[in-house]
Amino acid sequence: MTTLSEKILGAQAGTYIDRHVDRAFCHDGTGIQAKIIYDAIGAPGIACPDSVYIIYDHIAPANNSQTAELQAELRALAREYGVHFLDIGSGICHQVMAEGRVAPGEVVIGADSHSCTLGALGAFATGVGASDMAGIWVSGETWLRVPDSVGIHFSGSLSAGIEWKDAALSYIAELGMDGATYAAIEFTGESASSVPMEGRLTLCNMAVEAGAKTGLFYADKETEQYLAGYSVTCQLQVPDKPDYVKDCYQDLSDLEPVCAVPHRVDTIKPVSDLAGTSLDQVFIGTCTNGRFEDMARAARLLKGHRVKVRTIVVPASEHDYLKAVNTGVAADLIKAGCTIGAPGCGPCLGAHMGVLGRGEVALSTANRNFKNRMGVGASYYLCSPSTAAASAIYGEITDPREVI
Amino acid sequence: MTALKGSGPAVCIGEDIDTDLVIAGRYLRTKDWNFWAEHVFEDLDPGLAKRLKGAVLVAGKNMGCGSSREQAARALHEAGVLAVIAPSFARIFFRNCINVGLPVLECELPGCHDGMTVLFDCTEGWIEVDKARYIFRPLSSGMQEILSTGGLIEYWKRRLNR
Ligand code: SF4
Repeated sequence: MTTLSEKILGAQAGTYIDRHVDRAFCHDGTGIQAKIIYDAIGAPGIACPDSVYIIYDHIAPANNSQTAELQAELRALAREYGVHFLDIGSGICHQVMAEGRVAPGEVVIGADSHSCTLGALGAFATGVGASDMAGIWVSGETWLRVPDSVGIHFSGSLSAGIEWKDAALSYIAELGMDGATYAAIEFTGESASSVPMEGRLTLCNMAVEAGAKTGLFYADKETEQYLAGYSVTCQLQVPDKPDYVKDCYQDLSDLEPVCAVPHRVDTIKPVSDLAGTSLDQVFIGTCTNGRFEDMARAARLLKGHRVKVRTIVVPASEHDYLKAVNTGVAADLIKAGCTIGAPGCGPCLGAHMGVLGRGEVALSTANRNFKNRMGVGASYYLCSPSTAAASAIYGEITDPREVI
Repeated sequence: MTALKGSGPAVCIGEDIDTDLVIAGRYLRTKDWNFWAEHVFEDLDPGLAKRLKGAVLVAGKNMGCGSSREQAARALHEAGVLAVIAPSFARIFFRNCINVGLPVLECELPGCHDGMTVLFDCTEGWIEVDKARYIFRPLSSGMQEILSTGGLIEYWKRRLNR
C-alpha cells in the first residue's frame, strides 16, 4: 500500500511532480551560491518569502574577511526580501528548523544534504543544491521524483551505553553507502514509537549517508508531545501497510558501541576492537549529535574527570546551548576541560574552529568521515557522544560501558 | 547552451567518489567559478584537473555522494568536462549537474579505459565506446530542456521572459 512519501507527495513512487515547497532553507555556504544564481536569473522577487529561511551555521562566525563579505551580501538579501534570517549563534540549520519551524506532512527542501534530518517530524524533507534553491526562491516550487521506500524495522531496546548513533551507524553499514540511493527510508517496527525525538533526528540525519533522499518517522505521540513544546499542532500519521523495495531488520538489543573507521561511513567496527587507539582530538557536536541530550550524556560520563586530549563541544543550537547552561551540563563540560564553541557546525566541514592537522587522529560525533574533510591528511572515526566522552577521559578510544 | 551529444577521451575514476573529493571544502568560499577548475579532484589525484578539458568523465557507482555542494558539478563543468557517466549517481549531485548544464548519463561501461573515445547522445539515450553501443534511459524532456538551455539560470531567464 501507500508509503509516507507517497502520501505526502500525493503520487505513486516513480512519478515526477511539481510541488509547492512549504519550507525552503539554506545556510551561509549554499545561500551565497543560491544568491549568485538568483541574481543571474534576474527574477522580480522571491515568490514566498515567508517560507524561506537563511540560517548562518557553516562558518559562523566568519573565519576571514572574504567569508565575512560574502555573508554580508547574503544578510542584505535577507533584509531586502524579508525572508526569515537567523544569524550566527542560532545553530545548525537542520536543528533550528526542527525547533518548531516544520510540521508533519510538509514538504521541506534544504540546500544541504542533511536536510533529510527533518523527516524525523514526519515531513518530506530532502536536500538540493544552490541552483535548485534559487529556483525555489523564484517560483516557490520544485520538481521531485516520488521515491521508492526502504523499511528499517526496529525491535527490542537499547542497552546502557549504546545510543541511537550506534543504531544509525549500524544501519548505514548494513545498507552500504549507496544502499538506499534515490529511495526514502522509513523507520518503523514495534520499537519505532519508543525512539525519542533526539534519536529520530540522529537516525534520519544519517539517511543520506546510504544515498537516501530522506529518512522518515511517522508522526505519533512522541512527535505530538515534542511539537507541543513549540506550540506546533501535529497531524498524526499512521502506516498503511506500506510496500517497501527493501527491508532491513534491526534488533536494538543486539547493538554494541561502534565507530565508522576512516574514511568510509559504512565501514564500522565495534569500539572494543579499536580500544587503545590514541587520539589527538575529540569533537562532540554537529547536526547528528550536538543536541542537549547528547551533551548531557557526555557530561554525565565526564563529570569528575579531566579530559586527557583536547575536546571540543559545539552545541547544535542556541536553544540546546541555553538548556545545557541552565541545567549545569555546560558547567560539567567546562570543568572537565572541554572547549565549548559557538552553536553551529564547528569543525565538521573542516573550515574553522578545530580543523585537524596532517597525521592527526580524531574521534567525532559527526556523520561523515570522508578523506581530508575535517583536516587535510588527518583521519577520524565517527561515534556516539558517550563513546566520545569516555575516550576523551583516557585520550584513546574507549568503550563507554567501561566508564558508566 | 549545452551540447547534448558529443565525444571525447574517457577519464576514468573509481566508485563512491564523494563531493569533498571533487572539490574540497577549503576551496568553497568564493564567487570565482573558474578557481574551482584548478582544484578539482586535488585530493584524489592532483594530475587529473589538467586532463579534463574536452573529456568524458567515467565514474564508478554512487558518483558524487556526500555533501550537496553544487561547486562539485560547477567545477567539473568549468574544467571542461563534456559529460559524466556512471552506473549510479547520488541524487543531489545528479540534479546539480543538470542545473549547471553538465550532461549526466546513468550507464555502466564495462570495457571503458582511460583515453578511449566515448561518444554520447543524451536525446536518443546511447553511448558508444570501442564500437560497442550502450543504451540508457533518456532524460525527461524537462531535464533535457534545463540542460540544453545551459542550466537553471538560462532556463529561468527564458521562462520569466516568456
Ligand atoms: S554539522 Fe556538519 S554535516 Fe551537519 S550541516 Fe553542518 S557541516 Fe553539514
